[in-house]
Amino acid sequence: MTYFPEEVVEHIFDFLATHRDRNTVSTVCKTWYRVERLSRRSVFVGNCYAVHPERVVARFPGLRSLTVKGKPHFADFNLIPHDWGGFSLPWIETAARGCPGLEELRLKRMVVSDESLELLARSFPNFKVLVLISCEGFSTDGLAAIATYCRVLRELDLQENEVEDRGPQWLSCFPDSCTSLVSLNFACLKGEVNAGSLERLVARCPNLRTLRLSRAVSIDTLSKILARAPHLVDLGTGSFTIDHRAEAYHKVMNNFIKCKSLRSLSGFWDAAPRCLPAVYPICGNLTGLNLSYAPAIQCADLIKLIHRCSKLQRLWILDCIGDKGLAVVANTCKELQELRVFPSDFYGGGIAAVTEEGLVAVSSGCPKLSSLLYFCNQMTNAALITVAKNCPHFTRFRLCILDPKKPDPVTNQPLDEGFGAIVQSCKDLRRLSLSGLLTDRVFLYIGMYAERLEMLSIAFAGDSDKGMVYVLNGCKNLRKLEIRDSPFGDAALLEDVGKYETMRSLWMSSCDVTLGGCKTLAAKMPGLNVEVINERDESDEMEESPSDLGRVEKMYVYRTVAGPRNDAPDFVWTL
Amino acid sequence: MTSPLEHDYIGLSELSSMESSDKLCSSSSSLSAEDDPKVGARAPALNLKETELRLGLPGSQSPEREDGPGLTLGLPKSFVSGAKRGFSDAIDGSGKWGFSGGSGSEVELGKGGNLFSPRGENGGGKHTGPTGLVKDVGGAAGAAGQEKKAQASAAGVAPAAKAQVVGWPPIRSYRKNTMASNPSKNKEDTEGKQGTGCLYVKVSMDGAPYLRKVDLKTYLNYKELSSALEKMFSCFTIGQCGSHEIPGRDGLSESRMMDLLQGSEYVLTYEDKDGDWMLVGDVPWNMFTDSCRRLRIMRGSEAVGIAPRAMEKCKSRN
Repeated sequence: MTYFPEEVVEHIFDFLATHRDRNTVSTVCKTWYRVERLSRRSVFVGNCYAVHPERVVARFPGLRSLTVKGKPHFADFNLIPHDWGGFSLPWIETAARGCPGLEELRLKRMVVSDESLELLARSFPNFKVLVLISCEGFSTDGLAAIATYCRVLRELDLQENEVEDRGPQWLSCFPDSCTSLVSLNFACLKGEVNAGSLERLVARCPNLRTLRLSRAVSIDTLSKILARAPHLVDLGTGSFTIDHRAEAYHKVMNNFIKCKSLRSLSGFWDAAPRCLPAVYPICGNLTGLNLSYAPAIQCADLIKLIHRCSKLQRLWILDCIGDKGLAVVANTCKELQELRVFPSDFYGGGIAAVTEEGLVAVSSGCPKLSSLLYFCNQMTNAALITVAKNCPHFTRFRLCILDPKKPDPVTNQPLDEGFGAIVQSCKDLRRLSLSGLLTDRVFLYIGMYAERLEMLSIAFAGDSDKGMVYVLNGCKNLRKLEIRDSPFGDAALLEDVGKYETMRSLWMSSCDVTLGGCKTLAAKMPGLNVEVINERDESDEMEESPSDLGRVEKMYVYRTVAGPRNDAPDFVWTL
Repeated sequence: MTSPLEHDYIGLSELSSMESSDKLCSSSSSLSAEDDPKVGARAPALNLKETELRLGLPGSQSPEREDGPGLTLGLPKSFVSGAKRGFSDAIDGSGKWGFSGGSGSEVELGKGGNLFSPRGENGGGKHTGPTGLVKDVGGAAGAAGQEKKAQASAAGVAPAAKAQVVGWPPIRSYRKNTMASNPSKNKEDTEGKQGTGCLYVKVSMDGAPYLRKVDLKTYLNYKELSSALEKMFSCFTIGQCGSHEIPGRDGLSESRMMDLLQGSEYVLTYEDKDGDWMLVGDVPWNMFTDSCRRLRIMRGSEAVGIAPRAMEKCKSRN
């Protein structure tokens, strides 16, 4: 193979689709390393602190697409203090210096400032795609910079970010010459939107296929937009409320009818049941539907809608659909691959909106189901066993029983057997989230059977260190492990310290790990950053040297070649 | 808007909690398996009941935890306005509320739901006032106040933090914030009138500590609306009249209210789709319900120049 000219090797590498494969071939020999790095166009950095931006940019000067992730997953649930880190500026600055050809940037759970957005906009003349997911720290001014300076922008995708509203002008900053937009998603913005600017923008972008509007956009404006862009494939409505007797309502329904290419619907902010029939005409074509932000739509109306969606592959819904509604899903949506049922009442104990019955129904009616996120009030082992039998193709299985440590209500047993059945049956399971009452046994099963498991989320589970050890010993492909409120301590943590270098990260909070244990880990494994997060009230005395025996509230361990980070706030100690 | 959620150690927003089912358990319940009379005792109860801090308003009797009307916050259905309706039910039922500024409890109530706010932050923006925090237990309209009370007591007293569960259930802040600011109006619509459509609008009255909501679809004409509003806001008007007696329901006659409303005291106005404030009564009823977004009972003194005509118009329509 070494006799192949480098151009040929490079061409062969083009066929390698995944980062993993490309990373692997780069380790074969120096020549391959060089060929690979110079031809690499896309890099994925799963943890922004695992490597210095400079190193990435130096190694891959031809970089066109960069994806970086910042905070650990539990940051989504307010478990990580606000200013923990995950700053995007160093990455953008470095890329601006080293990869001027950058075209795409995707950031998740990072802090993005207006300054960074402006720098981004001005530094990359060929910039095409910006995707920000669960980020924060910027305002509409930053978006204005993007709109103004990115001349060939194709995608601006803002998913669930915290964006400070500084007015609607940003949308008007897209110059008249901007006709290249293919995808625009500003659903998470909370401020006013200039309807006229929006309509004009849509009108001059003939390639627009994805458009997700924010709540401030009225159904009237939506109607006009649909009239101008009937070729949309993915639509997020704005505010979906209108008097169903009004003429405007009929107009919007007629405009929906014209959208023959529409395959995915979301948004439905403030949707009132009476407005739903406006979308009936296109339901038959839908492969994706997200009604999870429309709590006013209750079971009966949901059922009426879902009856028409026989091609649905992805459904995000609130639990007011009930078991009854899920039965309808099971009967109608035979192509269903992904189901997410969110709680409309977050704190449980209330009306049993969905139970194990709904899940069993869906599993039996939808054999292609592979991705699940299910919030419910209760679950039984029997149900899980049935689900495991019906759907052996799960790749993502996340079950959240709202009441932590709740056992099987029928048998009063822990849910070990149920989850055990899932991991045993679903050989391709990559992601698993547990809940309910669980003992060490479930971890024994996970360690034994979940060979492909890459991410595991544990909360309020287990009896002893053994549980965690089963997982660490068993799951060969484990990349991310996040644990909260479980009785795992230093013995488990230190059982196999080498394991953590094979993983991206480990998070443990409200467990039994002590400061001493963390220090030991840090000392043994210099290739890891062991971060201890200690939030203290000002009223607490600052201990000069907290006892090693003291329990650590939050610990985040990750492998890195960058050494301890230099932007850690005071409350984060890297040991 | 920044959500109080981020500071809420129990991951609760009063907004969402109020908007959610009345069967909400306090967050402590999620951990402590607080007894929920409806669902039944949960097996692995950590039973933090004993350590649970409770609301103890000065001079009040500590409400019991057992079944039966606890300190009622709750109301048959969730959501903010549902809460208000319940409050009204409670009012109608027990006649023990009042805004005359008499007893201490009323004063507390008037403070606008601070008792709900976690760590003192007033998350109660949407439901100003004590929606249902009827202190005098009495015959509080059968609401599952149990959990709500517990929640309020938990929420109102920060130090219980250690026992509460941060970040549970695992729902993204974005979703929590978004759902919290979803107008309860919609949910209410569906709840109240499945399949018939309804039109809830806010009604404010100058000087009243909190707003109410009415479903315009339940009325056929202006007169019905007017009398309904009178009933709803009679309490405030009594207060306005300077009476310091605790008003019993019986002490109030409809005709008296009508006088007050149609007299120089108050003018009924509404905000239409264009955002303009209009006098109620000018246009045909159907047109009015189509365009009305909210109502305001304006003090006559503020409606200078309009009031006399309004009065005539009202009278002529009635």
